[in-house]
Amino acid sequence: MTEGEPLIRWDWIAGHLDEIAFRLGQHVELTVIAVGAGLLIAFGLSLLILRTPWLEAPITWVTGTLYTIPSLALFALLVPVTGLSVLTAEIGLVSYTLLILIRNIIRGIRGVPADVREAAVGMGYTRRQLLWRIEVPLALAVIIAGVRLATISTIGLVTVTSLIGQGGFGFLILIGIQRFFSTELIVGAVLSVALAICADALLVLLQRRLTPWARLA
Amino acid sequence: MSLLADTLRWFADPAHWRGSDAIQIRILEHLELSGLAVLVACAIALPVGLYLGHTGRFGFVAVNVANVGRALPSLALLAFALPISFAVGLGLGFWPTLIAVVPLAIPPVLTNAYVGLRNVDRDVIEAARGMGLSEGGVLRRVELPLALPLILSGIRTGAVNVVATATLGALVAGGGLGRYIVDGLALQEYDRLFAGALLVALLAIAVEVAFSTFERAATSPGIRAERGAF
Repeated sequence: MTEGEPLIRWDWIAGHLDEIAFRLGQHVELTVIAVGAGLLIAFGLSLLILRTPWLEAPITWVTGTLYTIPSLALFALLVPVTGLSVLTAEIGLVSYTLLILIRNIIRGIRGVPADVREAAVGMGYTRRQLLWRIEVPLALAVIIAGVRLATISTIGLVTVTSLIGQGGFGFLILIGIQRFFSTELIVGAVLSVALAICADALLVLLQRRLTPWARLA
Repeated sequence: MSLLADTLRWFADPAHWRGSDAIQIRILEHLELSGLAVLVACAIALPVGLYLGHTGRFGFVAVNVANVGRALPSLALLAFALPISFAVGLGLGFWPTLIAVVPLAIPPVLTNAYVGLRNVDRDVIEAARGMGLSEGGVLRRVELPLALPLILSGIRTGAVNVVATATLGALVAGGGLGRYIVDGLALQEYDRLFAGALLVALLAIAVEVAFSTFERAATSPGIRAERGAF
């Protein structure tokens, strides 16, 4: 963007591989914690909704509203409370995963055929066994589809946490913008998109591994 | 809570309602940029989505555009938009922000237009053709009214995305409500930061509610609103 400066300076990249590796680690860590914690919370809330259906409307309303609040605004609202910390970033990131994950977990479990459920109950399965051995495995394809969406959008949102001192590859983008240095911002942007694509591909493989029966259908 | 008191005091300060950094000016800047971005996105995505939906061609493309759209990180878009804006001489501020947010509105508009048209009952279209309607007539008088709820909900999703992301424009010296957040963070003025975040959140929710209300009003009473693809 400065006169005479090439769009990409490869020597900068070669000289900053350590920095890039560190940002990759940070990006992956923020994402994994957010999706992991999001999945745990979403699973708990989904079970609650499945047992007490009238909770579905209020929980959907709350998670939907969280989802509507722009990411930068949500992080900014938290900063005065939790500071420029990983915790601030994670609270925001986890909030955004909930709507997608809960929707898919519930859709998946409700999609289990009634016959299958009846057969399991007839065979003497307890409620817990029914959930873990029948419902969750059969819902797994839909649940993982939700995890894929949540992971991709979290990887994108992690870049925004650079404004509150975190950010992974987003940090490179932010510094690149502030220094008017196109190499750094393009490296950050390209790598965060590439990370999203790789993570999605990994989850597709994981789904194939976990639901071998789906390939027969 | 002193933070809430500080924020209230910030809003009550008349200095924040005057000059080029006034609250109402920032809201207008935000809406101006977002409105233009949504119009540009619709101008690009609606014709394509309606064409693909009407003809039923390239469905694979139309549906995948939505998935790609979800993967587009907003900050990365801004990062790509900045060198582009400089290359064509548009500089900082408004234009790179506009270039960055338009792609966020295109996928939901395009995909919902496509899915909306595809969801129209084939028998109804057959009947319309049988009654002598031209292809354009089928599109205008049958498919569009029936697909309207889904098309509008696509535009709503796009608009909310755009309003949310226009906040980042402040990073490239743009105006809008993001200014308060970015400046508040830089100056460590938490009242300004909190007030800005509150304004952005409320604006996004207001846009969502306004569009939902409009959708309900614009939907023909004869059709029950179907759930959108988003």
